[in-house]
Amino acid sequence: MSLTRKDVENIAWLARLEIAEEQMPDFVETLSRIVDFVEQLSDAPVADALPMAHPLDMNQRFREDRVTERDERDHFQKNAPAVEAGLYLVPRVIE
Amino acid sequence: MEWEVVIGLEVHAQLGTQSKIFSAASTEFGAPPNTQACAVDLGYPGVLPVFNGEAARMAIKFGLAVNATIAHRSVFARKNYFYPDLPKGYQISQYELPIVQGGKMDITLEDGTGKTIGITRAHLEEDAGKSLHEDFHGMTGVDLNRAGTPLLEIVSEPDMRSAAEAVAYLKKIRTLVQYLEICDGNMQEGSLRCDANVSVRPAGQQELGTRSELKNLNSFRFIEKAILHEVERQIDVIESGGTVVQETRLYDSDRDETRSMRSKEEANDYRYFPDPDLLPLVLDQDMIDDVRATLPELPAARHQRFVGDFGLSGYDAEVLTSSREMADYFENVVAGVGGEAKLAANWVMGDLSGVLNRENLSISESRIDAEMLAGMLRRVADNTISGKIAKQVFEAMWSGEGDADTIIETRGLKQITDAGAIAGIIDEIIAANPRQLEQYRSGKERLFGFFVGQVMKATDGKANPQQVNELLKKKLS
Amino acid sequence: MHSRTVAELSAGLAAGDFSSVELTRHCLERIEANTRLNAFITVTADTALETAAHADKLLGQGKAGPLTGIPIAHKDIFCTRDVLTSCGSRILSNFVSPYNATVVQRLSDAGMVLVGKTNMDEFAMGSSNETSWYGNCHNPWDESRVPGGSSGGSASAVAARLVPVATGTDTGGSIRQPAALTGITGLKPTYGRVSRYGMVAFASSLDQGGILAVSSEDVAIVLAAMAGFDPRDSTSVDEPVPDYHAALNTELAGLRIGVPQQFFEEGLEPAVEAAVREALEVYRGMGAQLVEVELPNLALSVPTYYVVAPAEASSNLSRFDGVRFGYRSESAKDLHELYRKSRGEGFGAEVKRRIMTGTYALSAGYYDAYYLKAQKVRRLINDDFRNVFAEVDVVMGPTTPTPAFGIGDKTDDPITMYLNDIYTIAANLAGLPAISIPCGFADELPVGLQIIAGHFAEARLLAIAHSYQRETDWHRRAPAGF
Repeated sequence: MSLTRKDVENIAWLARLEIAEEQMPDFVETLSRIVDFVEQLSDAPVADALPMAHPLDMNQRFREDRVTERDERDHFQKNAPAVEAGLYLVPRVIE
Repeated sequence: MEWEVVIGLEVHAQLGTQSKIFSAASTEFGAPPNTQACAVDLGYPGVLPVFNGEAARMAIKFGLAVNATIAHRSVFARKNYFYPDLPKGYQISQYELPIVQGGKMDITLEDGTGKTIGITRAHLEEDAGKSLHEDFHGMTGVDLNRAGTPLLEIVSEPDMRSAAEAVAYLKKIRTLVQYLEICDGNMQEGSLRCDANVSVRPAGQQELGTRSELKNLNSFRFIEKAILHEVERQIDVIESGGTVVQETRLYDSDRDETRSMRSKEEANDYRYFPDPDLLPLVLDQDMIDDVRATLPELPAARHQRFVGDFGLSGYDAEVLTSSREMADYFENVVAGVGGEAKLAANWVMGDLSGVLNRENLSISESRIDAEMLAGMLRRVADNTISGKIAKQVFEAMWSGEGDADTIIETRGLKQITDAGAIAGIIDEIIAANPRQLEQYRSGKERLFGFFVGQVMKATDGKANPQQVNELLKKKLS
Repeated sequence: MHSRTVAELSAGLAAGDFSSVELTRHCLERIEANTRLNAFITVTADTALETAAHADKLLGQGKAGPLTGIPIAHKDIFCTRDVLTSCGSRILSNFVSPYNATVVQRLSDAGMVLVGKTNMDEFAMGSSNETSWYGNCHNPWDESRVPGGSSGGSASAVAARLVPVATGTDTGGSIRQPAALTGITGLKPTYGRVSRYGMVAFASSLDQGGILAVSSEDVAIVLAAMAGFDPRDSTSVDEPVPDYHAALNTELAGLRIGVPQQFFEEGLEPAVEAAVREALEVYRGMGAQLVEVELPNLALSVPTYYVVAPAEASSNLSRFDGVRFGYRSESAKDLHELYRKSRGEGFGAEVKRRIMTGTYALSAGYYDAYYLKAQKVRRLINDDFRNVFAEVDVVMGPTTPTPAFGIGDKTDDPITMYLNDIYTIAANLAGLPAISIPCGFADELPVGLQIIAGHFAEARLLAIAHSYQRETDWHRRAPAGF
């Protein structure tokens, strides 16, 4: 197994995913298999190949600095689980 | 043991664009919550960022002004972490390839010595929203109006050795971004924010000590206090046998202390990678040259010119160039008077600054504009009024009585420069004060002032003081 | 009526043989009668009939375009204003989009009638439509089999002739593979040809919206309305959109077809290979030249994809946090629980696996070994195609190694499922346009021929596909009972 349970727990924490206890063994196993599978890349003859982030060789376009969006708060907030006074509510953030 | 303090600053300057860095929503401050957060700012499913070119131009301006290299190719990256004020779960920033690389900033300390602070980099990124911790039934409210406002994060080298240096550097940065008109520099509203990396090490040691990162420093005074406090804390920790841990600390201005932000349950792992929704930011030399052509005269050059061309002292030039508005105001006054830079400097730094301070106004809000002040100083320069009368005129202008000429006219403040008339008055005064004349002539020379006073009193202060002096001397001898 | 192509329906509407309302009602009735296929997540019957009535008005006034009044279904990954846009996920099962995707808007502007949103693998992560929160979708050729995925609902709906055309998205084969498995035509355009704005992102550098239809002619007609520059998408390309329909009848004389050895190696089912080889012979018969070419790194495309796509997805899916929209767990006591439970309960197992794979690939200490390495291999694969296209006009081969497999057959092992996309993934990595067209049957199940062309060569690609469809009628065959 290339990943341990602890590894998977750490990854799940980073990704903020709760994994049910009974599903944990399956995740450890399938993720290990995926990691083993992509491990093939380690032998790839990349030499000095340039990393390719985009399929097309283009540059970023510039948008003109103009305000064209209008206030749609009420429309947007119909989708929100909890709002009050125009604010999105979340459980208390403590820092 | 003697300790050396090492400080580096990360300054976040909100760029003064109309619209956000990746969306066309407004950046205006102070709107009702979430009314300036469009689908892109909210991180809605399927939305995509499109880059605001003005943000690049502003970053280039800054880079050129600090003699940095402008990267011909820079890359937007995603910094991944979860927080309610970060709608997409990642912040679009620049990581490996920032737009501004390497630069420097000269600072002047209070004792007049100078120092150069290195600027490691400045990169473009988007601001986050705000969490409002007032109580909503035990919940936190999130306002995303600020999310997506363009930021230039200016990272210094750890070149500062005291809180005072840090403050001097930050003031310089603020003056510069205001000169460049890329940021309003308003620390109250958070347009300019600062984090400080602070560490201490035994004097003479090369290796850096462990640093803490101070956040929430939103005024010059707090920065100074927070750093002083943190330095003291670190020295205490070390001297009592402990070790400083690398952590983020929040400055609490109410208690004047820094405290550790609740230790994260794991080390940060931001998983930076190039943002696949954005393409490389490529700036050709033409664009950089175009921006260079729009650069205003920078504070340092202006300072030099004020000393060289106007004959001002280094101190006066420093004060007058500390903000672009003040320097512009001053130059407009000088142009309006037709020279007389020293006279203009005295008035701008003296009476004008005084009344602005008193009423807590900025120079752009002054009730006396440069044209009005110049109009008055022309009358001082051509001897229509004396400097003393000018103070009266100034107050009258401030209270809205019109321009200097009108006030001089309606109040009859015109200086008496007719030698015959002044001589006549002097004769009357001498005749009315034979005892003082006697004493003066027998050697009590300080009575000269008495006669000047009498003449001025008799003329309501309007007699030309120089003429009064000359004529009196002649008549009394 | 339902056996007609878009081109034929368009002619029928123009001639007044039937109205758009009649046509739309017919589609809605067929959708209703075939709910067991589970091809649709949402049916927008009321608004569809309103749109159709409006289209009829335009038709009557002579203001209609070629797509006015033609029904269409959108994959439920495209945001549609005021309509549920679930992306096949529980986490968006209550999400009513406040805006239209550019694709949706353009096709609506062209007068098309939206009849519903189709089923799909959750967040387009899957090759069988089995990861959908809304349940399996069935292949009308054999309802015990999968329609492919992730655009499984769109493929099933078009194959069953419930709608004449549907949109899809293709990140690693998600249009071509289900098109092949259901015996229809499916085009993935060049990356950047069709706006991604409003298409819920899976892997931003690979995703591309496209079309599933009966014929390549239909694809050409719809693509013309769908493609083009969008200022809201930084990766959208500002290139003129050619008249795809007019270009369909371009001569094939001198066409050089590259046949990569690597498309015919182990894993390819003999009956599939036979159908594909036969199709190649048809082309040879039309005057094309077959040239053996090499794509030496093809085998690496799957592992490369399974680093790049999950990495991008892990970040793209972070916005689903239960704060501003979407599913929010009821039982969260603090902020961390809000995230972990909303996401834990809202995402299915395969989506979680991919998020975790991507998180791992980007995490400190592994970035270079996985993500950066994959980006480099991606360059190799891209360069392989560049070399090949210096020699030939297009590349042909099978779309999938096997015909449609049974529901549940490949759910145990993710790797087996992933390898089903071995022939399709490379085109996404290189951003190339590719089409799958029906070319016969293997054990009474449809087989797809894949044609890959150079960047922005859609017109040529469609003409090549069209010439085959003039010679053959595989694409006109509907499953029994449909």
